[in-house]
Amino acid sequence: MRGIIRYIGRKTIDLWLFLGKMFIFLIESLYHIFTPPFKFRNFLRQVRFFGNKSIIVVIFTGGFSGMVLALQGYYALNKFGSEALLGPVVALSLIRELGPVLCALMVTGRAGSALTAEIGIMRITEQIDALTVMAVNPMKYVVVPNILAGLLTFPLLTAIFDVVGIYGGYLVSVHALGLSEGTYFSQMELYVDMEDIRIGFYKSLSFGLLVTWICTFMGYNSGYGARGVSRATTNAVVLSSVVILIWDYMLGAFLL
Amino acid sequence: MIEIKDLHKSFGKQQVLKGVNLVINEGEVTAVIGRSGGGKSVLLKHIVGLLKPDRGNILIKGKDITKLKGSKLDEIRAEIGVVFQGGALFDSMTVYDNVAFPLTEKTKLNKKEIYEKVMKALSDVGLQGMEYKYPAELSGGMRKRVALARALIAHPKIILFDEPTTGLDPILVRSIHKLIRDTQKLYGFTGLIISHEIPEIFEISDRVAMLHDGKIVAVGTPEEIQKSDNIIVKNFIMGIENGGDYEKGKS
Repeated sequence: MRGIIRYIGRKTIDLWLFLGKMFIFLIESLYHIFTPPFKFRNFLRQVRFFGNKSIIVVIFTGGFSGMVLALQGYYALNKFGSEALLGPVVALSLIRELGPVLCALMVTGRAGSALTAEIGIMRITEQIDALTVMAVNPMKYVVVPNILAGLLTFPLLTAIFDVVGIYGGYLVSVHALGLSEGTYFSQMELYVDMEDIRIGFYKSLSFGLLVTWICTFMGYNSGYGARGVSRATTNAVVLSSVVILIWDYMLGAFLL
Repeated sequence: MIEIKDLHKSFGKQQVLKGVNLVINEGEVTAVIGRSGGGKSVLLKHIVGLLKPDRGNILIKGKDITKLKGSKLDEIRAEIGVVFQGGALFDSMTVYDNVAFPLTEKTKLNKKEIYEKVMKALSDVGLQGMEYKYPAELSGGMRKRVALARALIAHPKIILFDEPTTGLDPILVRSIHKLIRDTQKLYGFTGLIISHEIPEIFEISDRVAMLHDGKIVAVGTPEEIQKSDNIIVKNFIMGIENGGDYEKGKS
């Protein structure tokens, strides 16, 4: 019995220490965002890294998500004779929910994992120590550009995801299910407000921060050796994905 | 130049440094020898402030760096170059960008001045024509040379070498050692070399200190160390295991 209590106690303390460390890491990175010198070139390189790595997969997932939504939406709406509302169903689902979430999950898998592995390797090959001894702050040089790039690229990639998704929905609705082109788009115009776009934008912005925070933290604190880096990468992807889904619910239920 | 006083460091329950005392004189090359896992690299990381000691002080030019933080610590670091064990070259950058890095980040020199300095540093370490290769395309010995060039470029007053020759063949070991000696004569830096290259290390150092079981057990000129009566030093130089226990048992 004592053993169990001790085990639970130790795990709880470990968890709080881990969360505390993560939080301090975030505060420190946010502080360095606003203090010069600004590493603009690193920021641009990371924007390219996120965009370049993820855009193809985002386009594919976006397109097929829209197509599936149209297909399933049509099946459900058809039962009530409201197929005309297929456009808004596809657009609202994508803009408010699926766009930000699926896009964030895809970028995590594609670029987030690579980011953790890269920083993890920099850690184990002493490149981060080398930066420190050259009096270059590694938080500023490595972490901050990634967080800023996440804040910029996640909303942009989400926008691409939404547009491609809506077009995918259009292809299925109009060309496969026989809905008229005018109905698909005019109903969408009628039902989708700026408010919906704003919610989607805030979501993707917060996912950008969460994913880059978790992925850079995991890489920065990865253990030693190939195993340390692989574990950090797995943990980064799993934790990011879970946090994306939990945060999405919290935002939807309480905040937005 | 560097004075280490009663330095203690533990990682969890493992006590790595148990009161290290060592003075590194200006303009000299001091070698710290000792077995792998004996805390030599930990000692080096304390000198550049990558690790903080549990107890003890490190004075560099009279300033206790264990107490310094932020920009004050960076001021001292600007005078120190480090050649890491694996080179620690930035693998996303070319050799040129790696060597130029301390200048592009920390000075306001223009492109032409940087170019001239980088070319000079690369020719000093015998790596002309390699500037547009990536670290992954270089051999182990070349990477160490690039790391040395990067450490030299800002003309630091102190250079710390963390096992600069580990994993190299005997000919390369000699050539890297010669390079360290030659560049030291050229630039006049104070050097600290962490090494277990016996006996080659004796040829390039002015003083040798033996770190054993978390303490400095002997310090002296290479000749004094080679002739030392200390059983731990003797056994280490001869390559006998158990750091003296075997000899003690025999006697």
